[in-house]
Amino acid sequence: MNTAHDVASQVRSGEVSAASLLEQSFAAIAARDHELNAFLYLDHDGARATAKAVDEKVAAGQDPGPLAGVPVGIKDNLAMRGVPTTCGSKILDGWKPPYTATVVERLLAAGAVPVGKTNLDEFAMGSSTENSAFGPSRNPYDVTKVPGGSSGGSAVAVAAGFVPVALGSDTGGSIRQPAAFCGLVGYKPSYGHVSRYGLVAFSSSLDQVGPFTTTVADAALVTQVIGGHDPADSTSMPDGYDDLLAACGRGVQGLKVGLCSDLLDGADAEIVERVRQAAAVLEAAGAEIIDIAIPELRLGLSAYYLIAPAEASSNLARYDGVRFGLRVEREDVAAMNVATRTAGFGAEVKRRIMLGTYALSAGYYDAYYGQAQKTRRLITNALDAAYEKVDVLLGATTPTTAFGFGDKVADPMSMYLSDLFTIPTNLAGHGAMSVPFGAASDGMPIGVQILSPGRRDDRLFQVGAVVEAGVAK
Amino acid sequence: MSMAGYETIIGLEVHCELKTETKLFCGCRNAFGDEPNTNVCPVCVGLPGSLPVLNKKAVEFAIRIGLALNCEVKWSNFHRKNYFYPDMPKDFQISQYDLPLNEHGSIELPDGSVVGITRAHMEEDTGKSTHLGGSGRIHGADASLIDYNRSGVPLVEIVSEPDMRSGVQARAYVAELRAILVAVGATDGRMEEGSMRVDANVSVRKPGDPFGKRCEIKNLNSLRSLQRAIEYEALRQVDCIEAGERIIQETRHWDEAAGRTGSMRSKEEANDYRYFPEPDLVPLSPSAAWIEEIRAAQPTLPKARRQQLVDLIGNSDQATLDLIATVVDRDLDGLVFEATSAGAPAGLAVTRAANELDADGVLPSAKSFAATCQMEATGALSATQAKAVLAALTESPDADPKEIAASLGFEQLSDDTLASTVEEVISSNGDEWGRFVGGDDKLAQFFIGKVMGATKGKANGKAVIALLNERRQN
Repeated sequence: MNTAHDVASQVRSGEVSAASLLEQSFAAIAARDHELNAFLYLDHDGARATAKAVDEKVAAGQDPGPLAGVPVGIKDNLAMRGVPTTCGSKILDGWKPPYTATVVERLLAAGAVPVGKTNLDEFAMGSSTENSAFGPSRNPYDVTKVPGGSSGGSAVAVAAGFVPVALGSDTGGSIRQPAAFCGLVGYKPSYGHVSRYGLVAFSSSLDQVGPFTTTVADAALVTQVIGGHDPADSTSMPDGYDDLLAACGRGVQGLKVGLCSDLLDGADAEIVERVRQAAAVLEAAGAEIIDIAIPELRLGLSAYYLIAPAEASSNLARYDGVRFGLRVEREDVAAMNVATRTAGFGAEVKRRIMLGTYALSAGYYDAYYGQAQKTRRLITNALDAAYEKVDVLLGATTPTTAFGFGDKVADPMSMYLSDLFTIPTNLAGHGAMSVPFGAASDGMPIGVQILSPGRRDDRLFQVGAVVEAGVAK
Repeated sequence: MSMAGYETIIGLEVHCELKTETKLFCGCRNAFGDEPNTNVCPVCVGLPGSLPVLNKKAVEFAIRIGLALNCEVKWSNFHRKNYFYPDMPKDFQISQYDLPLNEHGSIELPDGSVVGITRAHMEEDTGKSTHLGGSGRIHGADASLIDYNRSGVPLVEIVSEPDMRSGVQARAYVAELRAILVAVGATDGRMEEGSMRVDANVSVRKPGDPFGKRCEIKNLNSLRSLQRAIEYEALRQVDCIEAGERIIQETRHWDEAAGRTGSMRSKEEANDYRYFPEPDLVPLSPSAAWIEEIRAAQPTLPKARRQQLVDLIGNSDQATLDLIATVVDRDLDGLVFEATSAGAPAGLAVTRAANELDADGVLPSAKSFAATCQMEATGALSATQAKAVLAALTESPDADPKEIAASLGFEQLSDDTLASTVEEVISSNGDEWGRFVGGDDKLAQFFIGKVMGATKGKANGKAVIALLNERRQN
């Protein structure tokens, strides 16, 4: 499928109708999604009505918005009024929110056409979609491989050409890792740039919504639509971002790029080689490449696996069978709570709820949650110090390319390690982007990761656009 | 049962609902008594993906309370208090923990004693459960209904130091606290409607000993219940100790009808709330300028208002202080001051305001109230008549008391008529008169009653006494 830029300009000029684009999308999904399982739900009626409204605006000479007619996949942890929102969990099976997430409202206002809800690891906990209660999604490059996760369904939807854009959420790498595994651009904005209102919380201090696209410029286009202050999210930052689209064309002349050993060590040799090639592309374009070590980044994983489960244990308490979703009837309310949660949550969600509950318990708080928060501060300080010397950091997105189904299921720790390079960004609240840069010898895509200081996401687009252009050469 | 040799130690936790238009973290209406589950939205029923946004007006009210309680208003943040309960939609409560908005305050009670305020922090209210069947409690109920209208209503929890030593003092503390909270406009302070809820921590010890194990008493819906429950609980604990038993730290439920506390057998004591900073909110850091702006706009507090009335009357005996307290408590001091400026004697205005006026009903205009007090003071109306006129003024607040008196048939008795009536009563009650003249002063009431009867209550009591004494001495 074409880029969002192309699609929107064709729809706005009247060259192509939003309705016909949508039917192409549905046809592509019908042809292959039984195999790939990108979508959990297709909103046929809602999407057709939205597309029709866009076409009517075009016919009436009105501006349907910068994403006119662009079909979009929505990760199924984002609320859409009247549309089932499951979070990949049996506990929410059948729940239809009475309201719509801010990001989806903004997409609609910009003329985009949400086609349906994409698969994910249950409550965004996982790195492969194998934790979805509704079966895993499959990597379009090799259906025996995982697409990554947790936003795997969104990655597959774009990589398979079903839609040019999909939204995901990234708590520890859940956009960037599947983007790398599926050969896409995946962008996690700085914390507070994109509203979380309507994003079902996993770990509130780490979650951020962002796009999957095929180009860096499309990621900028979508982010300009979904980003910006939202009074409904108290952690949303004031406006005042640079123009991300303009940043795509700014080049990297004079930019200091830190090639970070702690974002490379432990990665497959082919991946390290690709990151070095990307650095060479940047150097050729006028950037200065500086080797840099930030050993504190190595502490991110352990801090993350205390903070995220701790917040999750609280965020997921509300799935108690009282007001919505699954209820397993028992003789009294406490027994009903236990039976509902036992039946409704999968193993990984239960594991993290227990981890988090433990980390916050009286007598253990200081040793676990408290210590993790100090570590988080340490990592942020180390990144701040690094950004005194360089403008951006460059490294691998993932230590490996897409792995096979079942490879890591039995060993949660090896699964957790696949987020080693992406987690520090979330802990610091900074922005980061994975840009596809070639493939490994087995044909699976490789992503390079660019990290920027908080609220300087424009640099990601500057660098990302140059890297993207370099891969074609 | 006796408290001999023991003292009671009391600390109180008072939850006060703030009188905001909307809830603490969403735009839903904050109102008591609406149709169940009509003032709800994704935020206050805790739907997945919803997020809280702090209500600025609630923070202003909380700061007003803190300043009125002489607290330091500080940089603070919100924490999550995690526990499962069906009327708490998120299964955690957004509250404040180690960094409350207000800390280290105090209240001076009318008797001059001072009670320390540990903290006054902000939190959200829960929904309200109604349990059908069984005992009316959740255990053993056939079914439970939940109304989320109250869910997310802003609360300030005011925690006192364990500074109180009797049920009477605890009652005075809550009365004074309530008066302060109402005066600053933060709450309507209605204990019966639950807009002010009190939990009492009670322990006993021999003076000089360290604090004993305490019990927390819940379900205290009135000042009377509070005092009774504390007095009962203290005696119960002393009895336990005297019987050689140990006090178990627990939550106890006050049974108003039975007049005793009972163990709630709740697992609550074992709860680990797993407090941690609420990641969906940013720290609450009111600027010094805003705090000063709020301080400058604070109304005069009850203690100062009572002093103003003491100064006005120039009398501070206990009976007067009690009347003054009632007047201020009912927010009638403004009317008293206006009436006094319009010529009413201050002492009489306070007495009549405290005893005859309904603060929640229609009040007489200051002018009419003043005129009535003046008529009573000059003897134009008896006390009984003055009260009747004040009652009539609640029907038509601006009416002329003279006209009301006339319409009620309260034309003044002429001195001659009164004197001749007194003579008639004396002559037809010769025995009693003899004993009165002989020094039996109690019979004065008998004669006043007779004269009142003969004049159908039109006589001025003071004038009758004057006449009787005059006759007795001659």
